[in-house]
Amino acid sequence: MNAMAATAHHIGTTAPASPLLLAVDGVTVDFDGFKALNGFSLTLDRGTLRVLIGPNGAGKSTLCDTIIGRVRATSGRVIFKDQDITHLPEHEIVRRGICRKFQTPGVLPGLSVVDNLMIAARRDRRWWSTFRHGVAAEEKARVAEILETIGLADRAAAPAGQLAHGEKQWLEIGMVVATRADLLLLDEPTAGMGPAETSQTAALIRRLVGQHTVLVIDHDMSFLEQLDARVTVMHQGQFLKEGSVAAIRADADVAAVYLGRTKGDTHG
Amino acid sequence: MDMSMRKETPLPGLLPGVALGRPLALSLAVVALAALAPWLVSAYELNLLARFLAMALLAMGLVLVWGQGGVLSLGQGVFFGLGGYAIAMHMKLAALADGDLPDFMVWSGLDALPWWWVPFKSPLVAILGVVLVPGALAALFSWAVFRRRVGGVYFALITQALALAFATLLISQQPSTGGFNGLTDFQTLMGVELGTPAAAHGLYWLTLALVVGVFVALRALMASRYGLLLRAIRDGENRIRFLGYDPTPFKVVAFTIGAVLAGLAGALFTLHAGVVSPALVGVVPSIEMVIWVAVGGRNSLAGAVAGTLAVNLAKDGVSSAFPDLWLYALGLVFVLVVTLLPGGLAGLVADAGATPWGKRLKSFIVGGSK
Repeated sequence: MNAMAATAHHIGTTAPASPLLLAVDGVTVDFDGFKALNGFSLTLDRGTLRVLIGPNGAGKSTLCDTIIGRVRATSGRVIFKDQDITHLPEHEIVRRGICRKFQTPGVLPGLSVVDNLMIAARRDRRWWSTFRHGVAAEEKARVAEILETIGLADRAAAPAGQLAHGEKQWLEIGMVVATRADLLLLDEPTAGMGPAETSQTAALIRRLVGQHTVLVIDHDMSFLEQLDARVTVMHQGQFLKEGSVAAIRADADVAAVYLGRTKGDTHG
Repeated sequence: MDMSMRKETPLPGLLPGVALGRPLALSLAVVALAALAPWLVSAYELNLLARFLAMALLAMGLVLVWGQGGVLSLGQGVFFGLGGYAIAMHMKLAALADGDLPDFMVWSGLDALPWWWVPFKSPLVAILGVVLVPGALAALFSWAVFRRRVGGVYFALITQALALAFATLLISQQPSTGGFNGLTDFQTLMGVELGTPAAAHGLYWLTLALVVGVFVALRALMASRYGLLLRAIRDGENRIRFLGYDPTPFKVVAFTIGAVLAGLAGALFTLHAGVVSPALVGVVPSIEMVIWVAVGGRNSLAGAVAGTLAVNLAKDGVSSAFPDLWLYALGLVFVLVVTLLPGGLAGLVADAGATPWGKRLKSFIVGGSK
């Protein structure tokens, strides 16, 4: 434990204005003997974009679940802004500055688009403060801005359940952004989108980088190319490769795990 | 942009549509008519109406808990009973000379007042107890359950078990609770002779005033940001949790308010009916309470009041003519409502409002605005 803390501390202080935002440190998640994550580590610097790929069952979603507290690490730690968040309650992790977009759109179907965003944009999320009237001008302005950004300004009053699938995806991205989280976890943000919508989503995500740190999970190669970010490849709960999109595309090991062949086979 | 947003969607936190005008006038007319009931109906009918209005307080609480919060409670009878017994214990004690025991305790051979009866000698304790005992129990119980993330059917079953246990406890502790017969034969409340027309009218108006007050207060609560979050938690508890809110206290607050209103309803009902007994608090009555709200519309306060009045009027009619048939009739009504009319009476009214004639009527009521 002490050694790990020292490592995290060391990483955190190498640069004067600590660029390190998140460190996943040797995390194992054991579901009754099946290791969804197996000693996995990952670090993210502030304001960067990272894409996480890997075949089905590689542990990508489990990693997001572990960072956000939905799944608890059997061993290892998650360090965010130099603090150990491994065992905090989910809402507390979010309040520290991490927000996640789920794989199936997690909008609130019965509420209007603007109410979905208003709930996300609220800074004071303690229950007793919800009895107070009035909305901060800053929150209203932010919601209006996000409505424009995600192209739903004219649907503001519509119930979120009536949106098309792609619009729901964007609304949820908007909600995640509205929380002002430092770290955004976007799990398959282009699932169910056509090529045009996918390009728009890539452009939207690229605009978020800098102000936010973004971790994207996706499979779509053309989407990855448009994002043009560093790629981390996972396989069977472990780290496999990291590099540029081009390097990952050319990598024999990556091709092997995607095609389900073992290392030896790829040369044959 | 900002302007159009404000116009189209009421932002959370603003007061609900208490826009002055014809809807308000219409509501006031209904309340005024209800206030004149003592001169319009017989004493028997007034007593029935008073009981049903007391029950409507509980029904409005269920709108918050079940309709808005999505938490189905099959144990509201417990809180209803706690309120009823709190006021009944006080009235039993107030009728006695110092040192005497209520008659049923004497018959059961008790020679001292049980310790938990003693504080209810004070009218203040009894009246506070009507709301604080159910409120505190509900807060502790629901906090313990919701923080373990137990919900849905499991929560409903636990509350049903609670209702069963409470009724069983009351019956089994006959020497100190009055057992199956409950508590009855009340004479005075805080020096006021019960059973006179003046007392009946006064209690009726008190109940009506509370119904109106609770209606207005819950309407404001549902329109507040708290109400918005409660509905949001109902629709997507995990999404809300992963937006940084802790859902537990929101649900605990709703459940506690529901229990406080049930306690209040139980106390008023006891005053109107002159009796409180285990038959009013167990599993069957608790399910009936849910049916009032299902019939009226679980997301509508006005619907809940209407549903309570309608179901109980029907119960009075059916059970006096065919005593054995009532539970079958109620079961049938429940099945029909759930399958054909999920929005209840309120949903029916809303559907009618969408027809051409309904729209015309609505535009007249709302005052000409589209």
